[in-house]
Amino acid sequence: MSFVVFAVRRTAEMAATLFAASFVVFGAMYLAPGSPASFLLSGRSASPEALAAINSQYHLDDPFAVRYFAWLGNVLQGDFGRSITYRTDVSRLLADRLPTTLLLIAMSLTVVVLVGLFLGGLAAVRGGATDSAVLVATTFAVATPSFVAAVLLQGLFAVRLGWFPSGGSGDGPVDMLRHLTLPAVALALYLIGMLTRVTRSAMLEALDSEHVTVARSRGVPERQVIRRHAFRNSLGTILTTGGLVVSTLLVCTILVETAFSVGGIGQLLELSTTTKDFPTVQAIALIVVALFMAVNLVVDLLLPLADPRLTLGTRGAAA
Amino acid sequence: MTAVLTRRPGLSGIRAAGSPLHLICLALVVLVVTAAVLAPWLVPHDPNVVDLGSALAGTSADHPLGVDAAGRDTLSRLLLGARTSLLGPLEVVAFSTLAGVAVGTAAAWRGGRLDSLLSRSTELVFAFPGMLLAILIISVYGEGLLAPVIALAIAYLPYVSRLTRSLVLAERARPYVSAYRVQGHSALQICLRHVLPNIAPVVLAQATINFGYALMDLAGLSFLGLGIPALTPDWGRMVFDGQTAVQHGYPLSAILPCVVIVLTVVAFNVVGERWADRVARRDR
Repeated sequence: MSFVVFAVRRTAEMAATLFAASFVVFGAMYLAPGSPASFLLSGRSASPEALAAINSQYHLDDPFAVRYFAWLGNVLQGDFGRSITYRTDVSRLLADRLPTTLLLIAMSLTVVVLVGLFLGGLAAVRGGATDSAVLVATTFAVATPSFVAAVLLQGLFAVRLGWFPSGGSGDGPVDMLRHLTLPAVALALYLIGMLTRVTRSAMLEALDSEHVTVARSRGVPERQVIRRHAFRNSLGTILTTGGLVVSTLLVCTILVETAFSVGGIGQLLELSTTTKDFPTVQAIALIVVALFMAVNLVVDLLLPLADPRLTLGTRGAAA
Repeated sequence: MTAVLTRRPGLSGIRAAGSPLHLICLALVVLVVTAAVLAPWLVPHDPNVVDLGSALAGTSADHPLGVDAAGRDTLSRLLLGARTSLLGPLEVVAFSTLAGVAVGTAAAWRGGRLDSLLSRSTELVFAFPGMLLAILIISVYGEGLLAPVIALAIAYLPYVSRLTRSLVLAERARPYVSAYRVQGHSALQICLRHVLPNIAPVVLAQATINFGYALMDLAGLSFLGLGIPALTPDWGRMVFDGQTAVQHGYPLSAILPCVVIVLTVVAFNVVGERWADRVARRDR
């Protein structure tokens, strides 16, 4: 199977799953007791205009299939309907907040990758006391929910030491980076633990393999053995966790943004869930699922490049 | 044996065998569970009595762990909170394990179309991170512990069903199953009485590992104020309530629930991993 055929097939599979996911996101509304219109208004004063707006947005007078495809068509054109709480277009709300969230996730991902790979590699190469210390530390890291990390970091670095602001997203690029530092670290902590573990075991396996012994016996410098022979080989296994890492970031950003009142889509999702603003919830859920699946697709396509021994479409053992 | 326990990456490194860490964790699990069971008889104060006069007071003989921003006794809330915080994950794990075993066994035993249908739906569920699915369902159903528990149970189901499927596939190929078949036992009888007991240890080890994750997810949801009703004491909710106190420089009422959550998850993870290791070694 050539790479192109594989890429096309995986993309088609992803589109099919995304289609099914969009159906779940849309259909969830119909699980609610009562009529969709009363659910969407949920206790708010139902002026005839508001009712008419909801009716035309959700095509509530049409059969279910028509409604769904009309909604899907709008979503594909970037129209997620109107927010019931904010009384503006959901796409405008998202456009304001998505960059903040993406920046936060990018910062966090950078920290996770740098620290995780370094600690994991260090633990595998050094062994002994370093290894035990890393293992104990990661045992606690993977048991710390990101909101716990957020509150503790806030108490220590924002309130007690006053090094960072305790909330908000700041104005201007530099201020924004300062505001997002603590949230990014809180978001990263759990995943650092996870990635360190994965890197450590992948590196241990690679260091144990025969080609490393051969390289060492030929007198290849240890530094080069670790970089080019062991790390390069474990990259495939590490990459398979990419999808899980990004999906965890996307979900935990809801908690961290709420804890630090960062104005991103995570906080918006929390606010719109508590205020029952369903069009906004739908839009964010769909975006998160789409981002998650896009990352998985990229990982699947990158894997054969990172590890040419893999046949296309099969994932590493540690997936 | 072809089936490997599907732990999430990141925990497969814990080797607690024979270490004091494992014994401490086991003791901690017993302690937390006992506290949750006996909580109503242990609590020194009513967890919901508001006493604004002594708000944020430090530790005292009357309140050994201090009080929160509304003057509620932290120790009482921690003890009673253990009930909600442990019962939720328990329900998630019980439901996802039972349903996952049923789905996985059916897929492996029947094979063919049913198998591919179930595998496809598993992939769809994997596309929704558990917490996102829970938030989606909560936004439809509103308050109450039932919606998040069901949502998380659905999200955790694929981990169990995928494991069960591979285990049952391996068991089905073994001679004892053919022997029972020849003797005229029905498929249901073979599955229930012979296959299930054989795969149970591996599945239960997986369930223990899932418990820690479910606890973290549910605590996160109640931190967001979703799911658990406002007055019910819950660890995640306590962290949220304590956050205002943290911002005013009184971190105790937030730190304690944080510590309890982390220690409980560590304890369940270590015990579950140790069990998984032992099961894996025995099978080899």
